[in-house]
Amino acid sequence: MKNAGNLQVTLPSDREVMLTRVFNAPRHLVFEAFTKAELLQRWFGPRGFTMPVCEVDFKVGGTFRFVLRAPNGKEMSMRGVYREIAGPGRMVHMESFDDFPMGEAQVTTILVEQDGKTTLTATVLSPSMEVRDAVIKSGMEHGAAESYDKLEELLAAMPLQAGANGAA
Amino acid sequence: MNRLSSDRLDATFAALADPTRRAILARLASGEASVAELVEPFAMTQPAISKHLKVLERAGLISRTQDAQRRPRRLEAKPMAEANEWLEKYRQFWEGSFLRLDDLLDEMKGLETKGTNTRGARERAPGSKLGAGNKKRGRARSQGKTQ
Repeated sequence: MKNAGNLQVTLPSDREVMLTRVFNAPRHLVFEAFTKAELLQRWFGPRGFTMPVCEVDFKVGGTFRFVLRAPNGKEMSMRGVYREIAGPGRMVHMESFDDFPMGEAQVTTILVEQDGKTTLTATVLSPSMEVRDAVIKSGMEHGAAESYDKLEELLAAMPLQAGANGAA
Repeated sequence: MNRLSSDRLDATFAALADPTRRAILARLASGEASVAELVEPFAMTQPAISKHLKVLERAGLISRTQDAQRRPRRLEAKPMAEANEWLEKYRQFWEGSFLRLDDLLDEMKGLETKGTNTRGARERAPGSKLGAGNKKRGRARSQGKTQ
């Protein structure tokens, strides 16, 4: 399970989270799955969540609204606006959570296809850490708390730069 | 997550955003060390390293031990664990989504290969594609089951 699909989560700066994931499908299909409401509804959200509302007006300046329902029935809603759409390779949108008025995060999504596989890189730039906290608080409280004994793993997940590695 | 721990998470991630500071933490993960020992592996001056140590200290990621002579620094586990927990939950959020997306993409590939959706019908001549496409789809499905 751990390496299913090879999702990488890194912190390029203190206000950014970057996700990288390879999909075994050509780019135009991944792009469709990210931009069509009836498809987003089928995959977006943590395990066990459903999406009773998914409205997407996919164009520059167009808005979207999602309502996610947790297994315990609690709902959270998010909305946003598409800022930039450069074909299937790159798009930028803003997103915010209705119950957490801390501002919008900017998400830049890059899709690169090679040999029939598509690499997704999504960079989430938050106005502050509170937004990142809010995502977690609202969506992930059901998740099992991870053991506090994972320092090595965290350090391994951070891209240490050449030269600094020797210190470990 | 209350306000206090949110602020602390802020400070933790800000401190972790720098590669030298992460390397210092990696070094301290294997045992406490004096400032001089911490300076050694880096092409940096002691004041530069001391500045990084101050940031880490303020974030609560490291502390000084009582030994007055060497004043070695050591790793403080709790804030790191909180940061790690946050990252892990974030990863779980997306992992769940993406595993479902894998299945959906398999299905979309299948439909496209069969030419039953508009894009597939437009881009591929009917009847010309069953062999290779089906083989790929079968492999992706069986991979999905093992995960």
